Amino acid sequence: MARLLLTRFAALVATLLAASLVVFVVLDVLPGDPALLILGTGARPDTLAALRHQMGLDLPAWWRYLLWIGGILHGDWGVSATYGVPVGDLIAARALVSLPLAVLAIVLSTLLAIPMGVAAAARRGRALDVSLMSAAQIGVAVPNFWLGLLLILLFSVQLAWLPAGGFAGWDKGIGAALGSLLLPALALALPQAAILARVTRSAVLETLGQDYVRTALAKGLTGMAALWRHAVPNALIPVVTIIGMQFSFLLAGTVIIENVFTLPGLGRLIFQAIAQRDLVVVQDLVVLLAGSVIVVNFAVDLAYLWLDPRLTRGEG
Amino acid sequence: MRRISPSLGLGLLITIFLVGVALVSLAWTPYPPTRIDILHRLAGPSAAHWLGTDPFGRDVASMLMAGAHSTLAVALIAVAVGVGLGVPLGLSAASSGGWVDQLVMRIADLAFAFPALLTAVMITALAGPGAVNAMLAIGIFNIPVFARVARGAALAAREQDYVVAARAVGRSEAEVMLYHVLPNISAVLLVQMTIQFALAIVADAGLAYVGLGVQPPQPSWGRMLNDAQTYIFRAPLLAVFPGLAITLAVLGFNLLGDGLRDHFDPRMKER
Repeated sequence: MARLLLTRFAALVATLLAASLVVFVVLDVLPGDPALLILGTGARPDTLAALRHQMGLDLPAWWRYLLWIGGILHGDWGVSATYGVPVGDLIAARALVSLPLAVLAIVLSTLLAIPMGVAAAARRGRALDVSLMSAAQIGVAVPNFWLGLLLILLFSVQLAWLPAGGFAGWDKGIGAALGSLLLPALALALPQAAILARVTRSAVLETLGQDYVRTALAKGLTGMAALWRHAVPNALIPVVTIIGMQFSFLLAGTVIIENVFTLPGLGRLIFQAIAQRDLVVVQDLVVLLAGSVIVVNFAVDLAYLWLDPRLTRGEG
Repeated sequence: MRRISPSLGLGLLITIFLVGVALVSLAWTPYPPTRIDILHRLAGPSAAHWLGTDPFGRDVASMLMAGAHSTLAVALIAVAVGVGLGVPLGLSAASSGGWVDQLVMRIADLAFAFPALLTAVMITALAGPGAVNAMLAIGIFNIPVFARVARGAALAAREQDYVVAARAVGRSEAEVMLYHVLPNISAVLLVQMTIQFALAIVADAGLAYVGLGVQPPQPSWGRMLNDAQTYIFRAPLLAVFPGLAITLAVLGFNLLGDGLRDHFDPRMKER
Protein backbone atom coordinates (compact mmCIF):
# COMPACT_ATOMS: atom_id res chain seq x y z
CA MET A 1 0.00 0.00 0.00
CA ALA A 2 2.75 2.46 1.00
CA ARG A 3 4.80 1.58 -2.10
CA LEU A 4 1.76 2.03 -4.31
CA LEU A 5 1.09 5.48 -2.85
CA LEU A 6 4.74 6.45 -3.22
CA THR A 7 4.86 5.45 -6.92
CA ARG A 8 1.65 7.34 -7.59
CA PHE A 9 3.03 10.37 -5.78
CA ALA A 10 6.31 10.30 -7.74
CA ALA A 11 4.29 10.19 -10.96
CA LEU A 12 2.26 13.14 -9.68
CA VAL A 13 5.37 15.27 -9.10
CA ALA A 14 6.86 14.28 -12.47
CA THR A 15 3.62 15.21 -14.26
CA LEU A 16 3.47 18.57 -12.48
CA LEU A 17 7.03 19.40 -13.52
CA ALA A 18 6.39 18.30 -17.10
CA ALA A 19 3.22 20.39 -17.19
CA SER A 20 5.08 23.49 -15.97
CA LEU A 21 7.76 22.96 -18.63
CA VAL A 22 5.10 22.68 -21.35
CA VAL A 23 3.42 25.90 -20.20
CA PHE A 24 6.72 27.74 -20.13
CA VAL A 25 7.84 26.53 -23.56
CA VAL A 26 4.48 27.24 -25.20
CA LEU A 27 4.34 30.78 -23.81
CA ASP A 28 7.95 31.35 -24.80
CA VAL A 29 7.33 30.19 -28.38
CA LEU A 30 4.08 32.03 -29.01
CA PRO A 31 4.50 35.57 -30.38
CA GLY A 32 4.07 38.67 -28.24
CA ASP A 33 6.87 40.52 -26.44
CA PRO A 34 5.54 41.65 -23.02
CA ALA A 35 7.97 44.57 -22.87
CA LEU A 36 6.98 45.76 -26.33
CA LEU A 37 3.32 45.47 -25.35
CA ILE A 38 3.79 47.64 -22.29
CA LEU A 39 5.79 50.35 -24.08
CA GLY A 40 4.04 50.23 -27.46
CA THR A 41 5.65 49.87 -30.88
CA GLY A 42 6.89 53.48 -30.83
CA ALA A 43 9.26 52.81 -27.93
CA ARG A 44 12.94 53.68 -28.29
CA PRO A 45 15.18 50.61 -28.61
CA ASP A 46 17.26 51.46 -25.52
CA THR A 47 14.15 51.96 -23.33
CA LEU A 48 12.84 48.63 -24.61
CA ALA A 49 16.17 46.93 -23.85
CA ALA A 50 16.20 48.45 -20.35
CA LEU A 51 12.67 47.21 -19.59
CA ARG A 52 13.46 43.77 -21.02
CA HIS A 53 16.47 43.68 -18.70
CA GLN A 54 14.39 44.81 -15.74
CA MET A 55 11.77 42.13 -16.46
CA GLY A 56 14.49 39.52 -16.87
CA LEU A 57 13.51 38.84 -20.48
CA ASP A 58 17.14 39.03 -21.66
CA LEU A 59 18.13 35.97 -19.60
CA PRO A 60 18.42 32.59 -21.35
CA ALA A 61 15.13 30.64 -21.41
CA TRP A 62 16.31 27.71 -19.24
CA TRP A 63 17.49 30.11 -16.56
CA ARG A 64 14.16 31.98 -16.59
CA TYR A 65 12.36 28.63 -16.23
CA LEU A 66 14.46 27.64 -13.23
CA LEU A 67 13.97 31.07 -11.61
CA TRP A 68 10.22 30.81 -12.14
CA ILE A 69 9.86 27.24 -10.80
CA GLY A 70 12.21 27.95 -7.91
CA GLY A 71 10.12 31.01 -7.04
CA ILE A 72 6.87 29.02 -7.13
CA LEU A 73 8.36 26.41 -4.81
CA HIS A 74 9.37 29.19 -2.39
CA GLY A 75 5.91 30.74 -2.51
CA ASP A 76 7.08 33.63 -4.68
CA TRP A 77 4.78 33.58 -7.70
CA GLY A 78 6.22 36.72 -9.29
CA VAL A 79 4.73 40.17 -9.74
CA SER A 80 1.99 40.96 -12.24
CA ALA A 81 3.18 43.43 -14.88
CA THR A 82 -0.24 45.06 -15.28
CA TYR A 83 -1.47 45.12 -11.69
CA GLY A 84 1.90 45.60 -10.01
CA VAL A 85 0.95 43.27 -7.17
CA PRO A 86 2.25 39.80 -6.28
CA VAL A 87 0.55 37.15 -8.45
CA GLY A 88 -0.10 35.02 -5.37
CA ASP A 89 -2.31 37.74 -3.84
CA LEU A 90 -4.07 38.31 -7.15
CA ILE A 91 -4.85 34.60 -7.53
CA ALA A 92 -5.96 34.24 -3.92
CA ALA A 93 -8.44 37.10 -4.30
CA ARG A 94 -9.90 35.75 -7.55
CA ALA A 95 -10.00 32.19 -6.25
CA LEU A 96 -12.53 33.37 -3.65
CA VAL A 97 -14.96 33.66 -6.58
CA SER A 98 -13.96 30.74 -8.80
CA LEU A 99 -13.49 28.02 -6.20
CA PRO A 100 -16.90 28.50 -4.53
CA LEU A 101 -18.40 28.65 -8.03
CA ALA A 102 -16.80 25.35 -9.06
CA VAL A 103 -17.65 23.67 -5.76
CA LEU A 104 -21.26 24.89 -5.93
CA ALA A 105 -21.51 23.59 -9.49
CA ILE A 106 -20.09 20.16 -8.58
CA VAL A 107 -22.42 19.89 -5.58
CA LEU A 108 -25.50 20.92 -7.59
CA SER A 109 -24.60 18.57 -10.42
CA THR A 110 -24.02 15.60 -8.10
CA LEU A 111 -27.19 16.26 -6.07
CA LEU A 112 -29.24 16.37 -9.27
CA ALA A 113 -27.55 13.58 -11.18
CA ILE A 114 -27.32 10.72 -8.70
CA PRO A 115 -31.04 10.59 -7.80
CA MET A 116 -31.90 11.00 -11.51
CA GLY A 117 -29.57 8.23 -12.58
CA VAL A 118 -30.64 5.84 -9.81
CA ALA A 119 -34.33 6.54 -10.44
CA ALA A 120 -33.90 5.93 -14.17
CA ALA A 121 -32.05 2.68 -13.50
CA ALA A 122 -34.69 1.51 -11.01
CA ARG A 123 -37.47 2.24 -13.53
CA ARG A 124 -35.52 0.94 -16.52
CA GLY A 125 -37.48 1.11 -19.76
CA ARG A 126 -40.49 2.80 -18.14
CA ALA A 127 -41.77 6.29 -18.89
CA LEU A 128 -39.68 7.86 -16.09
CA ASP A 129 -36.47 6.32 -17.43
CA VAL A 130 -37.20 7.34 -21.01
CA SER A 131 -38.11 10.92 -20.12
CA LEU A 132 -35.15 11.39 -17.74
CA MET A 133 -32.71 10.01 -20.29
CA SER A 134 -34.17 12.07 -23.15
CA ALA A 135 -33.81 15.17 -20.97
CA ALA A 136 -30.21 14.13 -20.23
CA GLN A 137 -29.48 13.61 -23.93
CA ILE A 138 -30.58 17.19 -24.61
CA GLY A 139 -28.85 18.49 -21.46
CA VAL A 140 -25.52 17.08 -22.61
CA ALA A 141 -25.86 19.03 -25.86
CA VAL A 142 -26.60 22.45 -24.32
CA PRO A 143 -23.48 24.64 -24.14
CA ASN A 144 -23.14 26.05 -20.62
CA PHE A 145 -22.63 29.66 -21.74
CA TRP A 146 -25.89 29.61 -23.69
CA LEU A 147 -27.64 28.05 -20.70
CA GLY A 148 -26.19 30.96 -18.72
CA LEU A 149 -27.82 33.42 -21.12
CA LEU A 150 -31.16 31.57 -20.89
CA LEU A 151 -30.99 31.63 -17.08
CA ILE A 152 -30.32 35.38 -17.24
CA LEU A 153 -33.31 35.75 -19.58
CA LEU A 154 -35.57 33.84 -17.20
CA PHE A 155 -34.41 34.82 -13.71
CA SER A 156 -33.01 38.30 -14.34
CA VAL A 157 -34.91 39.72 -17.30
CA GLN A 158 -38.34 38.09 -16.85
CA LEU A 159 -38.59 37.42 -13.12
CA ALA A 160 -35.96 39.88 -11.84
CA TRP A 161 -35.09 37.52 -8.98
CA LEU A 162 -31.35 37.32 -9.38
CA PRO A 163 -28.66 39.65 -10.77
CA ALA A 164 -27.77 39.30 -14.47
CA GLY A 165 -24.07 39.39 -13.64
CA GLY A 166 -21.40 40.82 -11.42
CA PHE A 167 -20.32 39.60 -8.01
CA ALA A 168 -21.74 41.05 -4.80
CA GLY A 169 -18.59 40.28 -2.79
CA TRP A 170 -18.30 38.16 0.34
CA ASP A 171 -18.32 41.25 2.56
CA LYS A 172 -21.95 41.87 1.51
CA GLY A 173 -22.96 38.70 3.32
CA ILE A 174 -23.05 35.06 2.32
CA GLY A 175 -26.57 35.26 0.91
CA ALA A 176 -25.79 38.03 -1.57
CA ALA A 177 -22.52 36.40 -2.63
CA LEU A 178 -24.11 32.99 -3.16
CA GLY A 179 -26.99 34.71 -4.96
CA SER A 180 -24.62 36.06 -7.57
CA LEU A 181 -22.97 32.65 -7.94
CA LEU A 182 -26.19 30.65 -8.19
CA LEU A 183 -27.04 31.24 -11.88
CA PRO A 184 -23.49 30.69 -13.16
CA ALA A 185 -23.19 27.57 -10.99
CA LEU A 186 -26.48 26.25 -12.39
CA ALA A 187 -25.33 26.98 -15.94
CA LEU A 188 -22.16 24.99 -15.29
CA ALA A 189 -23.92 22.23 -13.35
CA LEU A 190 -26.89 21.26 -15.53
CA PRO A 191 -24.96 19.96 -18.58
CA GLN A 192 -22.55 18.15 -16.26
CA ALA A 193 -25.47 16.67 -14.32
CA ALA A 194 -26.86 15.30 -17.59
CA ILE A 195 -23.59 13.46 -18.25
CA LEU A 196 -23.34 12.23 -14.67
CA ALA A 197 -26.94 11.00 -14.62
CA ARG A 198 -26.27 8.85 -17.70
CA VAL A 199 -23.14 7.39 -16.16
CA THR A 200 -24.90 6.75 -12.84
CA ARG A 201 -27.78 5.01 -14.61
CA SER A 202 -25.60 2.61 -16.55
CA ALA A 203 -23.34 1.93 -13.55
CA VAL A 204 -26.33 1.11 -11.34
CA LEU A 205 -27.84 -1.09 -14.06
CA GLU A 206 -24.53 -2.96 -14.17
CA THR A 207 -24.50 -3.65 -10.42
CA LEU A 208 -28.24 -4.44 -10.32
CA GLY A 209 -27.46 -7.45 -12.50
CA GLN A 210 -24.82 -8.79 -10.09
CA ASP A 211 -25.19 -11.91 -7.96
CA TYR A 212 -24.90 -10.08 -4.64
CA VAL A 213 -27.97 -8.02 -5.46
CA ARG A 214 -29.89 -11.17 -6.37
CA THR A 215 -28.71 -12.71 -3.08
CA ALA A 216 -29.83 -9.64 -1.16
CA LEU A 217 -33.26 -9.84 -2.79
CA ALA A 218 -33.41 -13.60 -2.20
CA LYS A 219 -32.79 -13.24 1.52
CA GLY A 220 -35.74 -10.88 1.69
CA LEU A 221 -34.46 -7.33 1.31
CA THR A 222 -36.94 -4.99 -0.33
CA GLY A 223 -36.08 -3.69 -3.79
CA MET A 224 -35.36 -0.23 -2.38
CA ALA A 225 -32.99 -1.55 0.29
CA ALA A 226 -31.13 -3.74 -2.20
CA LEU A 227 -30.84 -0.78 -4.54
CA TRP A 228 -29.50 1.75 -2.04
CA ARG A 229 -27.49 -0.59 0.18
CA HIS A 230 -25.92 -2.83 -2.44
CA ALA A 231 -26.34 -1.64 -6.01
CA VAL A 232 -25.65 2.10 -5.57
CA PRO A 233 -22.50 1.93 -3.39
CA ASN A 234 -20.95 -0.57 -5.78
CA ALA A 235 -21.76 1.64 -8.75
CA LEU A 236 -19.84 4.61 -7.32
CA ILE A 237 -16.43 4.03 -8.95
CA PRO A 238 -17.35 5.17 -12.47
CA VAL A 239 -19.44 7.97 -10.95
CA VAL A 240 -16.47 9.26 -8.92
CA THR A 241 -14.25 9.05 -12.02
CA ILE A 242 -16.63 11.23 -13.97
CA ILE A 243 -16.98 13.73 -11.10
CA GLY A 244 -13.18 13.98 -11.05
CA MET A 245 -13.03 14.54 -14.80
CA GLN A 246 -15.77 17.14 -14.56
CA PHE A 247 -13.61 19.18 -12.26
CA SER A 248 -11.28 19.84 -15.18
CA PHE A 249 -14.23 20.78 -17.42
CA LEU A 250 -15.56 23.11 -14.75
CA LEU A 251 -12.23 24.88 -14.34
CA ALA A 252 -12.03 25.46 -18.08
CA GLY A 253 -15.71 26.32 -18.12
CA THR A 254 -15.17 29.18 -15.69
CA VAL A 255 -13.20 31.06 -18.38
CA ILE A 256 -16.32 31.41 -20.50
CA ILE A 257 -19.02 31.44 -17.83
CA GLU A 258 -17.24 34.18 -15.84
CA ASN A 259 -17.32 36.22 -19.04
CA VAL A 260 -21.06 35.60 -19.41
CA PHE A 261 -21.79 36.73 -15.85
CA THR A 262 -18.88 39.23 -15.57
CA LEU A 263 -17.59 37.53 -12.44
CA PRO A 264 -14.15 38.66 -11.19
CA GLY A 265 -12.75 35.12 -10.92
CA LEU A 266 -9.72 33.20 -12.14
CA GLY A 267 -11.26 32.71 -15.58
CA ARG A 268 -11.55 36.44 -16.23
CA LEU A 269 -8.15 37.03 -14.69
CA ILE A 270 -6.50 34.61 -17.08
CA PHE A 271 -8.43 36.16 -19.93
CA GLN A 272 -7.30 39.68 -19.11
CA ALA A 273 -3.74 38.53 -18.39
CA ILE A 274 -3.54 36.90 -21.83
CA ALA A 275 -4.89 40.01 -23.53
CA GLN A 276 -2.33 42.19 -21.74
CA ARG A 277 0.53 39.68 -22.21
CA ASP A 278 0.96 39.54 -18.44
CA LEU A 279 2.87 36.31 -18.95
CA VAL A 280 3.80 35.59 -15.31
CA VAL A 281 0.13 35.61 -14.39
CA VAL A 282 -0.76 33.37 -17.35
CA GLN A 283 2.04 30.90 -16.58
CA ASP A 284 1.16 30.72 -12.89
CA LEU A 285 -2.55 30.32 -13.55
CA VAL A 286 -2.20 27.63 -16.19
CA VAL A 287 0.23 25.67 -14.03
CA LEU A 288 -2.11 26.10 -11.07
CA LEU A 289 -5.11 24.87 -13.07
CA ALA A 290 -3.24 21.98 -14.71
CA GLY A 291 -1.78 21.21 -11.29
CA SER A 292 -5.18 21.04 -9.68
CA VAL A 293 -6.41 18.72 -12.43
CA ILE A 294 -3.42 16.46 -11.80
CA VAL A 295 -3.96 16.56 -8.04
CA VAL A 296 -7.69 15.85 -8.43
CA ASN A 297 -6.91 12.86 -10.66
CA PHE A 298 -4.54 11.66 -7.96
CA ALA A 299 -7.29 12.08 -5.36
CA VAL A 300 -9.67 10.13 -7.62
CA ASP A 301 -7.10 7.32 -7.80
CA LEU A 302 -6.93 7.31 -4.00
CA ALA A 303 -10.73 7.31 -3.82
CA TYR A 304 -10.75 4.09 -5.90
CA LEU A 305 -8.49 2.42 -3.37
CA TRP A 306 -10.88 3.45 -0.63
CA LEU A 307 -14.02 2.49 -2.56
CA ASP A 308 -12.63 -0.81 -3.78
CA PRO A 309 -10.20 -2.41 -1.30
CA ARG A 310 -9.53 -5.21 -3.82
CA LEU A 311 -7.35 -2.79 -5.83
CA THR A 312 -4.83 -2.42 -2.98
CA ARG A 313 -4.56 -6.13 -2.45
CA GLY A 314 -4.14 -6.73 -6.15
CA GLU A 315 -1.17 -4.41 -6.54
CA GLY A 316 0.44 -4.28 -3.12
CA MET B 1 -27.93 -4.57 -42.93
CA ARG B 2 -29.29 -4.11 -39.44
CA ARG B 3 -32.32 -1.97 -38.76
CA ILE B 4 -31.50 1.69 -38.16
CA SER B 5 -32.18 2.61 -34.52
CA PRO B 6 -34.17 5.76 -33.63
CA SER B 7 -31.10 7.57 -32.28
CA LEU B 8 -29.05 6.72 -35.35
CA GLY B 9 -31.91 7.81 -37.62
CA LEU B 10 -32.49 11.09 -35.78
CA GLY B 11 -28.74 11.75 -35.58
CA LEU B 12 -28.37 11.16 -39.32
CA LEU B 13 -31.35 13.37 -40.05
CA ILE B 14 -30.02 16.29 -37.98
CA THR B 15 -26.44 16.07 -39.24
CA ILE B 16 -27.50 15.73 -42.89
CA PHE B 17 -29.81 18.72 -42.41
CA LEU B 18 -26.96 20.81 -40.95
CA VAL B 19 -24.48 19.84 -43.64
CA GLY B 20 -27.18 20.60 -46.22
CA VAL B 21 -27.83 24.05 -44.72
CA ALA B 22 -24.09 24.76 -44.59
CA LEU B 23 -23.69 23.78 -48.25
CA VAL B 24 -26.74 25.75 -49.38
CA SER B 25 -25.43 28.82 -47.52
CA LEU B 26 -22.44 28.85 -49.88
CA ALA B 27 -24.74 29.45 -52.82
CA TRP B 28 -27.85 31.03 -51.31
CA THR B 29 -29.07 32.70 -48.12
CA PRO B 30 -32.31 34.72 -47.82
CA TYR B 31 -30.20 37.89 -47.55
CA PRO B 32 -26.44 38.39 -47.77
CA PRO B 33 -25.49 37.46 -44.15
CA THR B 34 -23.26 40.51 -43.74
CA ARG B 35 -25.66 43.07 -45.25
CA ILE B 36 -26.34 45.85 -42.77
CA ASP B 37 -29.83 47.40 -42.85
CA ILE B 38 -29.97 49.84 -39.96
CA LEU B 39 -33.57 50.90 -40.71
CA HIS B 40 -34.83 47.40 -39.91
CA ARG B 41 -32.60 46.65 -36.94
CA LEU B 42 -33.78 44.42 -34.06
CA ALA B 43 -36.94 43.41 -35.96
CA GLY B 44 -38.89 40.43 -34.67
CA PRO B 45 -39.56 37.35 -36.79
CA SER B 46 -41.68 38.17 -39.88
CA ALA B 47 -42.33 36.93 -43.41
CA ALA B 48 -39.48 39.09 -44.68
CA HIS B 49 -37.05 38.07 -41.92
CA TRP B 50 -38.00 34.57 -40.65
CA LEU B 51 -35.98 34.88 -37.44
CA GLY B 52 -35.81 38.67 -37.27
CA THR B 53 -32.79 40.95 -37.55
CA ASP B 54 -29.85 41.74 -35.29
CA PRO B 55 -28.66 45.12 -33.89
CA PHE B 56 -27.17 45.96 -37.31
CA GLY B 57 -30.28 44.91 -39.20
CA ARG B 58 -28.59 41.78 -40.52
CA ASP B 59 -30.92 38.84 -41.24
CA VAL B 60 -30.60 36.31 -38.39
CA ALA B 61 -31.66 33.30 -40.48
CA SER B 62 -29.00 34.08 -43.08
CA MET B 63 -26.36 34.54 -40.39
CA LEU B 64 -27.29 31.21 -38.80
CA MET B 65 -26.95 29.47 -42.18
CA ALA B 66 -23.54 31.01 -42.80
CA GLY B 67 -22.62 30.20 -39.18
CA ALA B 68 -23.40 26.52 -39.80
CA HIS B 69 -20.86 26.55 -42.57
CA SER B 70 -18.11 28.15 -40.48
CA THR B 71 -18.77 25.96 -37.42
CA LEU B 72 -18.76 22.74 -39.41
CA ALA B 73 -15.58 23.79 -41.20
CA VAL B 74 -13.77 24.52 -37.92
CA ALA B 75 -14.96 21.25 -36.36
CA LEU B 76 -14.07 19.24 -39.46
CA ILE B 77 -10.49 20.51 -39.57
CA ALA B 78 -10.09 20.19 -35.79
CA VAL B 79 -11.17 16.54 -35.91
CA ALA B 80 -9.05 15.90 -39.03
CA VAL B 81 -5.97 17.23 -37.20
CA GLY B 82 -6.69 14.87 -34.31
CA VAL B 83 -7.25 11.84 -36.54
CA GLY B 84 -4.40 12.63 -38.91
CA LEU B 85 -1.78 12.89 -36.18
CA GLY B 86 -3.36 10.92 -33.33
CA VAL B 87 -4.20 7.69 -35.14
CA PRO B 88 -0.68 7.14 -36.60
CA LEU B 89 0.79 7.91 -33.16
CA GLY B 90 -1.56 5.48 -31.43
CA LEU B 91 -0.94 2.76 -34.01
CA SER B 92 2.84 3.09 -33.82
CA ALA B 93 2.66 3.07 -30.02
CA ALA B 94 0.62 -0.14 -30.16
CA SER B 95 2.88 -1.83 -32.71
CA SER B 96 6.24 -0.91 -31.23
CA GLY B 97 5.37 -1.28 -27.55
CA GLY B 98 8.14 -0.74 -25.02
CA TRP B 99 9.48 2.76 -24.44
CA VAL B 100 7.92 4.28 -27.58
CA ASP B 101 4.52 3.17 -26.32
CA GLN B 102 5.28 4.49 -22.83
CA LEU B 103 6.50 7.83 -24.18
CA VAL B 104 3.47 8.42 -26.43
CA MET B 105 1.02 7.47 -23.71
CA ARG B 106 2.69 9.57 -20.99
CA ILE B 107 2.63 12.59 -23.32
CA ALA B 108 -1.05 11.92 -23.93
CA ASP B 109 -1.64 11.73 -20.16
CA LEU B 110 0.14 15.05 -19.75
CA ALA B 111 -2.01 16.68 -22.43
CA PHE B 112 -5.14 15.60 -20.57
CA ALA B 113 -4.00 17.58 -17.52
CA PHE B 114 -4.60 20.83 -19.41
CA PRO B 115 -8.26 21.82 -19.52
CA ALA B 116 -8.78 21.78 -23.28
CA LEU B 117 -11.03 24.80 -23.64
CA LEU B 118 -8.86 26.92 -21.36
CA THR B 119 -5.75 26.08 -23.33
CA ALA B 120 -7.56 26.72 -26.60
CA VAL B 121 -8.46 30.17 -25.26
CA MET B 122 -4.82 30.73 -24.35
CA ILE B 123 -3.49 29.59 -27.72
CA THR B 124 -5.94 31.61 -29.81
CA ALA B 125 -5.50 34.69 -27.64
CA LEU B 126 -1.72 34.61 -27.86
CA ALA B 127 -1.34 33.36 -31.44
CA GLY B 128 -4.05 35.69 -32.69
CA PRO B 129 -7.81 35.11 -32.95
CA GLY B 130 -9.24 33.65 -36.14
CA ALA B 131 -10.66 30.55 -37.77
CA VAL B 132 -7.33 28.85 -38.55
CA ASN B 133 -5.92 29.24 -35.05
CA ALA B 134 -9.23 28.09 -33.58
CA MET B 135 -9.09 24.94 -35.72
CA LEU B 136 -5.54 24.21 -34.57
CA ALA B 137 -6.16 25.07 -30.91
CA ILE B 138 -9.15 22.71 -30.77
CA GLY B 139 -7.43 20.13 -32.98
CA ILE B 140 -4.32 19.80 -30.80
CA PHE B 141 -6.38 18.32 -27.99
CA ASN B 142 -7.92 15.78 -30.33
CA ILE B 143 -4.48 14.28 -31.01
CA PRO B 144 -4.05 12.54 -27.61
CA VAL B 145 -7.71 11.47 -27.67
CA PHE B 146 -7.32 9.63 -30.98
CA ALA B 147 -3.86 8.34 -30.04
CA ARG B 148 -5.34 6.70 -26.94
CA VAL B 149 -8.41 5.29 -28.66
CA ALA B 150 -6.42 3.99 -31.66
CA ARG B 151 -3.81 2.38 -29.41
CA GLY B 152 -6.38 0.69 -27.19
CA ALA B 153 -8.38 -0.66 -30.11
CA ALA B 154 -5.24 -1.72 -31.99
CA LEU B 155 -3.87 -3.62 -28.98
CA ALA B 156 -7.14 -5.55 -28.77
CA ALA B 157 -7.24 -6.17 -32.54
CA ARG B 158 -3.64 -7.43 -32.60
CA GLU B 159 -4.66 -10.45 -30.57
CA GLN B 160 -7.29 -11.49 -33.11
CA ASP B 161 -6.73 -14.58 -35.24
CA TYR B 162 -6.76 -12.71 -38.54
CA VAL B 163 -3.86 -10.53 -37.39
CA VAL B 164 -1.89 -13.51 -36.12
CA ALA B 165 -2.57 -15.22 -39.45
CA ALA B 166 -1.46 -12.16 -41.44
CA ARG B 167 1.76 -12.06 -39.48
CA ALA B 168 2.26 -15.80 -39.96
CA VAL B 169 2.16 -15.45 -43.75
CA GLY B 170 4.98 -12.92 -43.49
CA ARG B 171 3.26 -9.51 -43.56
CA SER B 172 5.41 -6.79 -42.02
CA GLU B 173 4.27 -5.02 -38.87
CA ALA B 174 3.44 -1.87 -40.86
CA GLU B 175 1.39 -3.86 -43.37
CA VAL B 176 -0.45 -5.66 -40.60
CA MET B 177 -1.32 -2.33 -38.99
CA LEU B 178 -2.36 -0.64 -42.23
CA TYR B 179 -4.28 -3.43 -43.96
CA HIS B 180 -5.58 -5.56 -41.09
CA VAL B 181 -5.74 -3.58 -37.85
CA LEU B 182 -6.78 -0.16 -39.17
CA PRO B 183 -9.84 -1.34 -41.14
CA ASN B 184 -10.98 -3.30 -38.11
CA ILE B 185 -10.74 -0.40 -35.69
CA SER B 186 -12.34 2.09 -38.08
CA ALA B 187 -15.76 1.71 -36.45
CA VAL B 188 -14.37 2.68 -33.04
CA LEU B 189 -12.57 5.61 -34.61
CA LEU B 190 -15.68 6.75 -36.46
CA VAL B 191 -17.70 6.80 -33.22
CA GLN B 192 -14.95 8.79 -31.52
CA MET B 193 -14.93 11.22 -34.45
CA THR B 194 -18.60 12.05 -33.96
CA ILE B 195 -18.01 12.64 -30.23
CA GLN B 196 -15.04 14.91 -30.90
CA PHE B 197 -17.01 16.66 -33.63
CA ALA B 198 -19.72 17.56 -31.10
CA LEU B 199 -17.10 18.76 -28.60
CA ALA B 200 -15.40 20.81 -31.31
CA ILE B 201 -18.69 22.56 -32.15
CA VAL B 202 -19.07 23.61 -28.50
CA ALA B 203 -15.43 24.70 -28.29
CA ASP B 204 -15.75 26.68 -31.51
CA ALA B 205 -18.85 28.43 -30.22
CA GLY B 206 -17.15 29.14 -26.89
CA LEU B 207 -14.08 30.64 -28.56
CA ALA B 208 -16.24 32.74 -30.87
CA TYR B 209 -18.36 33.86 -27.89
CA VAL B 210 -15.29 35.34 -26.17
CA GLY B 211 -14.17 36.87 -29.46
CA LEU B 212 -11.35 34.46 -30.29
CA GLY B 213 -12.89 32.35 -33.04
CA VAL B 214 -14.01 33.23 -36.54
CA GLN B 215 -13.68 37.00 -36.90
CA PRO B 216 -16.40 39.43 -38.00
CA PRO B 217 -17.93 40.17 -40.39
CA GLN B 218 -17.97 36.41 -41.02
CA PRO B 219 -20.98 35.21 -38.98
CA SER B 220 -20.55 32.60 -36.24
CA TRP B 221 -23.01 31.20 -33.71
CA GLY B 222 -20.85 32.00 -30.70
CA ARG B 223 -20.29 35.59 -31.78
CA MET B 224 -24.03 36.01 -32.39
CA LEU B 225 -24.69 34.96 -28.78
CA ASN B 226 -22.19 37.51 -27.54
CA ASP B 227 -23.78 40.28 -29.63
CA ALA B 228 -27.21 39.21 -28.37
CA GLN B 229 -26.20 39.55 -24.73
CA THR B 230 -25.86 43.33 -25.07
CA TYR B 231 -29.47 43.54 -26.26
CA ILE B 232 -30.88 40.84 -23.99
CA PHE B 233 -33.47 43.22 -22.48
CA ARG B 234 -34.63 44.62 -25.85
CA ALA B 235 -34.44 41.57 -28.07
CA PRO B 236 -34.32 38.38 -25.99
CA LEU B 237 -35.03 36.15 -29.00
CA LEU B 238 -31.63 37.03 -30.44
CA ALA B 239 -30.04 35.06 -27.60
CA VAL B 240 -32.24 32.04 -28.26
CA PHE B 241 -31.76 31.11 -31.93
CA PRO B 242 -27.94 30.75 -32.10
CA GLY B 243 -27.97 28.65 -28.91
CA LEU B 244 -30.67 26.42 -30.37
CA ALA B 245 -28.49 25.96 -33.46
CA ILE B 246 -25.47 24.95 -31.35
CA THR B 247 -27.56 22.58 -29.23
CA LEU B 248 -29.16 21.01 -32.30
CA ALA B 249 -25.76 20.45 -33.91
CA VAL B 250 -24.23 18.93 -30.77
CA LEU B 251 -27.33 16.79 -30.19
CA GLY B 252 -27.19 15.57 -33.80
CA PHE B 253 -23.56 14.44 -33.62
CA ASN B 254 -24.04 12.89 -30.15
CA LEU B 255 -27.05 10.90 -31.35
CA LEU B 256 -25.13 9.87 -34.46
CA GLY B 257 -22.25 8.67 -32.26
CA ASP B 258 -24.52 6.72 -29.88
CA GLY B 259 -26.41 5.25 -32.81
CA LEU B 260 -23.26 4.24 -34.70
CA ARG B 261 -21.77 2.62 -31.60
CA ASP B 262 -24.85 0.47 -31.08
CA HIS B 263 -25.04 -0.25 -34.78
CA PHE B 264 -21.45 -1.47 -35.11
CA ASP B 265 -21.35 -3.33 -31.83
CA PRO B 266 -24.76 -4.33 -30.49
CA ARG B 267 -23.06 -5.88 -27.45
CA MET B 268 -21.94 -2.39 -26.42
CA LYS B 269 -25.52 -1.21 -26.51
CA GLU B 270 -26.31 0.97 -23.54
CA ARG B 271 -28.65 -0.87 -21.27
